[in-house]
Amino acid sequence: MLLAKVVGTVTCSLKSDNAHGSIYLLVDMCDPAGKVTGNVQIALDMVGAGRGEMVMICTGSAARQTRMSKKMPVNAVIAGIVDMIDENDKIVYRK
Amino acid sequence: MDLARVVGTVVSSHKSPKLDGKKFLLLEKLDAGTMKSKKDYVVSMDAVGANKGEVVFYVTGSSARLTSATEGRPTDATIVAIVDNVEKDGNFIYNSNQS
Repeated sequence: MLLAKVVGTVTCSLKSDNAHGSIYLLVDMCDPAGKVTGNVQIALDMVGAGRGEMVMICTGSAARQTRMSKKMPVNAVIAGIVDMIDENDKIVYRK
Repeated sequence: MDLARVVGTVVSSHKSPKLDGKKFLLLEKLDAGTMKSKKDYVVSMDAVGANKGEVVFYVTGSSARLTSATEGRPTDATIVAIVDNVEKDGNFIYNSNQS
């Protein structure tokens, strides 16, 4: 799982049959402190993440292990919204 | 999942029977943050009917076989959506009506 920040949205009106109703967000990969790297990717939103929130991204076939994304053509999903990260007993990120 | 622009078609007459009747498009990969070309290309099966010049959204790996058009077929890249808008930090960095 990777950490990323939500930076935007991708809208598509014409989608493949198995991808209907899905929300795609632009996410910028970031470090545990929340500093973005500029590596922007697209991920399917499962949790209702908002702009600027730090999220956890699941990639590969693991992306299809949630109830909603099962049998969906998807490579990356937002699996959770990060509340807090503690690194070496120090809180490096808090929502 | 990545963004790409359709730049051409790939035609093959001698192929696996499971690929019969399927359209293959040549995609130029785009950087999702800037919409600039990555100068990298991929051949992808089409599940939505994309045309040349359109910006599309494709999946790779085993996910590529999870659309009704590609189920059980030997493909590892499939176009699953045609992109209308891409919005980053409040600005539209791509709009299909303007380009």
